[in-house]
Amino acid sequence: MGQFDQKIDAIQMRILEEVAGLHEVPEGAYNIRANGKTAERSTTANIDIVSKEDGSGIDIKIRPFTKHESVHIPVVLSESGLTETVYNDFYIGEGSDVVIVAGCGIHNCGDQKSEHDGIHRFFVGKNAKVKYVEKHYGEGDGKGQRILNPVTEVTMEEGSYMEMEMVQIKGVDSTKRTTVADLDKNAKLIVRERLLTHGSQDAESSFVVNLNGEDASADVVSRSVAKEHSHQKFVSQINGNTRCAGHTECDAIIMDDAKIVAVPELTANDVDAALIHEAAIGKIAGEQIIKLMTLGLTEEEAEAQIVNGFLK
Amino acid sequence: MLTLENISFDVKGEGGEKEIIKNLSLTIDEGKFVVITGPNGGGKSTLAKLIAGIYKPTSGRILFNETDITEAGITERANMGISFAFQQPVRFKGVQVLDLIRLAAKKKLSAADACQYLSEVGLCAKDYINREVNGSLSGGELKRIEIATVLARNTQLSVFDEPEAGIDLWSFQNLIQVFERMRESTNGSILIISHQERILNIADEIVVIADGQITKKGSRDEIMPQIMGTASAVDACSVLNR
Repeated sequence: MGQFDQKIDAIQMRILEEVAGLHEVPEGAYNIRANGKTAERSTTANIDIVSKEDGSGIDIKIRPFTKHESVHIPVVLSESGLTETVYNDFYIGEGSDVVIVAGCGIHNCGDQKSEHDGIHRFFVGKNAKVKYVEKHYGEGDGKGQRILNPVTEVTMEEGSYMEMEMVQIKGVDSTKRTTVADLDKNAKLIVRERLLTHGSQDAESSFVVNLNGEDASADVVSRSVAKEHSHQKFVSQINGNTRCAGHTECDAIIMDDAKIVAVPELTANDVDAALIHEAAIGKIAGEQIIKLMTLGLTEEEAEAQIVNGFLK
Repeated sequence: MLTLENISFDVKGEGGEKEIIKNLSLTIDEGKFVVITGPNGGGKSTLAKLIAGIYKPTSGRILFNETDITEAGITERANMGISFAFQQPVRFKGVQVLDLIRLAAKKKLSAADACQYLSEVGLCAKDYINREVNGSLSGGELKRIEIATVLARNTQLSVFDEPEAGIDLWSFQNLIQVFERMRESTNGSILIISHQERILNIADEIVVIADGQITKKGSRDEIMPQIMGTASAVDACSVLNR
């Protein structure tokens, strides 16, 4: 610590709390990026973090058979008008079992747009197990737009397991999220995405999962709520190229004048590819509100409880 | 405690207005266990919804503890002390059983306290407390959770709309015991819409409603002999009750 010229201030700390659940400097390996520069970094015996030579991002290297360690790599933007593209590459060694927490928070009180485009590449080694948590959050009362365009590319080797939890609840004006995964034999990918948009926000999320190895499996589930004039689009494409199992589900609550598009797309290139998609969009059922009102909640409280539960 | 005065309720149908409840008056006294029965389509569930505030009467007055609540909304009536258990329990994706019971109790119940309500309705709490109140639960399970939410509220008046509807016979046997226990333990009044002989058998008073009107009203001993063997008092299953 101390070798970087940025320091974390109070606004940034609060945003860190939102996106990474951090109240203080985390244990284990971490790299905190604030306003375009690395502010703090820590490595462990098993997890190394090094800046890319061209300055475009970082490489996170996790040694084979590293167990029960975590890596936090939050990004905070609190200056208006900052636009950046960052490449983070994760090399997760064979047989390791780790938790990776990423996230980006933007505090924009200015009038210029702030944009962070993070490109995360995961190379998950044989039989490795990863839990990846990514939260996006925006705030600030300026007119400047808060834009996040994350790209996630996942390459999963034989027998590996990855669970991705992706959350974007508030404050991001425009987001275009792209996730592409390639799975080898017996690899398993689980995605849980939760999204809430309001105001005139625009969010697009697209998944492409290629099940290339025998008995690879994927379960991609998105739950979202679109309020006011916001727009959402969810595209989930699963390609079964061999004997494999894939399931994708999009479940959305639509409110006010919002618009939601759900596009599930399944391609089976093998007779033993078992693929399922489910998509449902609907408003909050009137009887749900009435039930909670009979418990003494007001209509507004009932609606908030239903949305909270749905996105939990 | 609860008084319905000359209540009428009309709905607009294809053939014009249809009167579902016709100038009905009824009083439920403090601490009483009252069962409303009668043929299907007679207006029983409508009456329960009029009491809970889900429907507003076309004419007439509803008084609760001498206060006119005719114009009061669902939330207001709930907070005054009226609970309502739905005939078809509502499902909520993502909302857990514990969340729902906490909302009902209106306080931050500990998991152990919430478990107590579930145990009372015959559910093993640790298996259910973190389950979502969604389609993964059976009709009988949802029904019992619905009843647990009413127990957690512990209000002056609890209204149950056909608690036996949509559940299997095995669950029904257990449900009867829940109501028998409730009858002994509660200080408030209980109003149950039911056709089931075994529920009618534990009533203090029975009210028979047909075609939107009260056709019979009185103590259990007085009314039961008159309705036995009719659609108003159905035996759950002669084999199980042997």
